[in-house]
Amino acid sequence: MAGTLEFSPDDRYNAFITTCSTAPFTDGALAGTAVAVKDNISTKGIQTTCGSKILEGYVPPYDAYVVELLRQAGAAIVGKTNMDEFGMGTTTETSAFGPTKNPVDPERVPGGSSGGSAAAVAAGLVPMALGTDTGGSIRCPAAFCGIAGLKPTYGRVSRYGLIAYANSLEQIGPMARTVEDVSRLMSVIARYDPRDSTMLDRPYDHRPSAEIKGLRVGIPEEYFGEGVDPRVGERVRDAIGVLEGLGAETVPVSIPGMRHALAAYYVICTSEASSNLARFDGVRYGPAVDTRKSWHEAYQDLRQEMFGTEVRRRIMLGTFALSAGYAGRYYAKAQIARRNIREDFERAFRDADVIAGPTMPTVAFRLGEKSDPLSMYLSDILTVPANLAGIPAISVPCGKVDGLPVGLQLMGRQFEDERVVDAAYAYEQEVRA
Amino acid sequence: MITESDIEHIAELADIGISKDEVPEFTTQFNAILDYFEVLDTVEGESAPDAGAVNVFRDDEPRPSLSQEEVLASAGSTENGFIKAPRVM
Repeated sequence: MAGTLEFSPDDRYNAFITTCSTAPFTDGALAGTAVAVKDNISTKGIQTTCGSKILEGYVPPYDAYVVELLRQAGAAIVGKTNMDEFGMGTTTETSAFGPTKNPVDPERVPGGSSGGSAAAVAAGLVPMALGTDTGGSIRCPAAFCGIAGLKPTYGRVSRYGLIAYANSLEQIGPMARTVEDVSRLMSVIARYDPRDSTMLDRPYDHRPSAEIKGLRVGIPEEYFGEGVDPRVGERVRDAIGVLEGLGAETVPVSIPGMRHALAAYYVICTSEASSNLARFDGVRYGPAVDTRKSWHEAYQDLRQEMFGTEVRRRIMLGTFALSAGYAGRYYAKAQIARRNIREDFERAFRDADVIAGPTMPTVAFRLGEKSDPLSMYLSDILTVPANLAGIPAISVPCGKVDGLPVGLQLMGRQFEDERVVDAAYAYEQEVRA
Repeated sequence: MITESDIEHIAELADIGISKDEVPEFTTQFNAILDYFEVLDTVEGESAPDAGAVNVFRDDEPRPSLSQEEVLASAGSTENGFIKAPRVM
């Protein structure tokens, strides 16, 4: 079975940066399935911008491993989705190509940074999409748009070909309308790749099971505290009640390191970004630098013009956090905080098999509502711990507040993505019935 | 407290251009974020001893890679098979 899919979507939500009007496909597990790919994942022959002007017109000469795997599985790659510039954002508003709108309410944000992928799936333009998650960038838009999205265990999906933002935190992951499709897509992309030296050989090949009798679900007090909209908390508690009805038991747990989590995350990701984004200098790719200027002048001018404000802010924060005299105070402390958080989860996972809580502290905000960077960063508080600890985390829709979707977040032990998927599947199947 | 002059210095270190009228807002936002980062002063614990992780290397044997043509296709300015960069002062 092979052919070509024609793809000319009504992209009223601005979910796509690039669309492929004809997309070839072959035989395989995803034969003929239209899949959208977030625009920070390299696709040979298809423009890849990371939502930034500094890579506008860049056409990668190679495929990311996950893209090779999609093609081998017969998928039709129909387009590259919109995102916050270089993954830096929670709403897709920092994209150089305009924000994506939430299909549930187009005056609201779809979440970010994989907002384009979430919107494309939620709007029914594609059944599946790849996103990336550094501090919540798959789970947040999944929650805000009412779809399912999984951040795999760190090291389970190859980052070869993923244009790096924060390489110790990020993972490529599947997004779809159903947990079953999330699992199908994960089964295609989670394969060992020796070219990613941060991977372990732990392929994922799993059919979700709704059997969760005896599953111990940990409820962390920090996920229901101050800053979380009580109505969101209520929907999530109701969802946990459904899991109990299916035979799961709940147990209180605590992640005391949460109070340092957001600061640790922003120090680490900006530090890594300051190094990873140094390569964007207009020399090897992207709009050309002016070679008549001197080195520093040329780079400063190009990077001022081509990087958005949020990207420049984060590069500067990272440069500062790593600089002589400050690295001990910020970067070193953040790494210790990170280890503490990982140990908190390890302790919690002695009493619980999965940990449940809201994905986001609120439902989707309005476009333009959060103009202050710090208040934007604070929305990531419930998602960053899983990235810091390297553990799998899924968001699955669990009801609405004011007509806007709420996400139930389920986290698991490292390499227990299957168990996390099963718990989400059990919940989803029960409420659909 | 970071001053506007510190912000200009950091931008220079990072080879990031910022315009004069952006400096005051960048400085205020930077300071607000650094205030928030102060919570890290309360982190307990020391740097962990070496966990014995081993770097994964392969043998230093040439393997097929991208062709020169494919690589040069993305570069803005090339000459005789080389990529041109701004002059180093």
